[in-house]
Amino acid sequence: MTIDWSWISGHTDDLTTLTISHLQAALSAVFFGLLISLPLAVVAHRIRPLRGFLLGLSNVLFTIPSIAIFVLLLPISGLTRTTTVIGLTVYTLVVLLQNTVEGLDSVPAKTKEAAKAMGTRPLRTLLTVELPLALPVIMAGVRIATVMSISLVSVATYIGDGGLGQLFTDGFQRDFPTPVIAGVVLTLLLAVAADALLVALQYVLTPWRRRRA
Amino acid sequence: MIQFDAVHKRFPNGTTAVHDLTLDMPEGGVTVLVGSSGCGKTTTLRMINRMVEPTSGTIKVGGKDVTRQDAAELRRSIGYVIQQSGLFPHRTVLDNIATVPLLLGHGRKRARARAAELLETVGLTAESGKRYPHQLSGGQQQRVGVARALAADPPVLLMDEPFGAVDPVVRTQLQDELLRLQKELNKTIVFVTHDVDEAVRLGDRIAIFRTGGHLVQCAPPAELLARPADDFVADFLGAERGLKLLSLKTLAEVPQGPAPEGAAWSLVCDAAGRPLHWAADDAEVPVRPLKDGDSLLAALDESVASPAGLVARVDADGVLTGVTSRNDIHRHAGRAHTEARVAA
Repeated sequence: MTIDWSWISGHTDDLTTLTISHLQAALSAVFFGLLISLPLAVVAHRIRPLRGFLLGLSNVLFTIPSIAIFVLLLPISGLTRTTTVIGLTVYTLVVLLQNTVEGLDSVPAKTKEAAKAMGTRPLRTLLTVELPLALPVIMAGVRIATVMSISLVSVATYIGDGGLGQLFTDGFQRDFPTPVIAGVVLTLLLAVAADALLVALQYVLTPWRRRRA
Repeated sequence: MIQFDAVHKRFPNGTTAVHDLTLDMPEGGVTVLVGSSGCGKTTTLRMINRMVEPTSGTIKVGGKDVTRQDAAELRRSIGYVIQQSGLFPHRTVLDNIATVPLLLGHGRKRARARAAELLETVGLTAESGKRYPHQLSGGQQQRVGVARALAADPPVLLMDEPFGAVDPVVRTQLQDELLRLQKELNKTIVFVTHDVDEAVRLGDRIAIFRTGGHLVQCAPPAELLARPADDFVADFLGAERGLKLLSLKTLAEVPQGPAPEGAAWSLVCDAAGRPLHWAADDAEVPVRPLKDGDSLLAALDESVASPAGLVARVDADGVLTGVTSRNDIHRHAGRAHTEARVAA
């Protein structure tokens, strides 16, 4: 299996476009996943009986095969980017919801109690005390969801999307390994880079967790 | 300042935490609530800022019924210091202290300036304001907790076993510090503890609770020690009740005289007149000189330890002013007890 470097140098524009499209799909999924998970996690955290139901639901959704999800969505959103993002978003929920609930659980009762006793109202306590303290656990979920989404985008090749995944079909159909290898390497680099950026973001967002001499 | 009128608290599980409590906590005084665990002292404290709602009865702060006020606004107007400080781990010390001023909408700049001022008040360096709570010692965290409670200058301060988690030495320091602050600020303080010595040391009045939420006795410490209302109170105060009473009296009123000449033990001083040790023919015993502000209990202790049976008295600079005999100290100790009983 040899790499045809001239193909790569001849297709840098295509590779760039596909990489950006790939990343966009994955990040959109994580973004919408968070948008849905945060309020649901707050509900699951506050109302015990709903907790099992919501976490169970996110687990069940995770077990639906990706092709099935796309097929189910076709009549609604068709062969579009929207279908890709909805499908991927569904998969992020299992990690994001679970971690956000666990993050909120990890906030010490004493700290919440102190906030209340100082005269902080519940919404402000959630935004300025509970969520910041839950952030490390939430971020752990965001990292997993991001890497998972980056690796999953390729699945959407079935519906004509799929970012770097298109390189795989292209390579297989022509029995030409170079695009496949390029796609794998770029997906991997994207995942590593995104994860590193998230680690850096967490470092910036949680100054109280840094070790100081 | 704080009035409980026929207050009951029954929890949903059926236990009565506070039973028919009627109690007045005077303005500018330290009222200490003591009792073993489960006696309702913490519940009583927490009803003042509505962290717990009473089942029946009324609680007034500054003449206003607490249940008729917005709970969050009420809490901002009352300082609260919690066990093991309860600081926000994700906020710097300065921002922790600024919590209530920020909630009151004072603006970040003004709130931080006030917080910086308070760092000094509670004996912390300006530099520690930039740190996070976990970078401080337990005692320092507790000081931050006190500063945070004082930030909006509330007239009332609630303290729930604030010094429970620090070692005895730091604990004594924090108690001294609180007494010093109180002299300056003159707040109405409600202080919960299970430590009788702490109660005697800090309280202008001590309220003793018994399991089931019954208030047994509420009186100034001297009266409580001299005339406990019943066996429960006497037991709770402990066997050394008499000695504890002496810890409330100072040495100032006990007369002193020049050290006697020609006794077996003589007091050796340095050139400036500061006592060094007791000396006999070929022996030396350490001396612990006492100042007028020291307690009669410390004097009694030293008079027993001193080989001459004399307590060396010194001024603020540590220079010898005279000695007091064991007998004089005993006589005053006895008189302190009689006075406390008669006054009560």
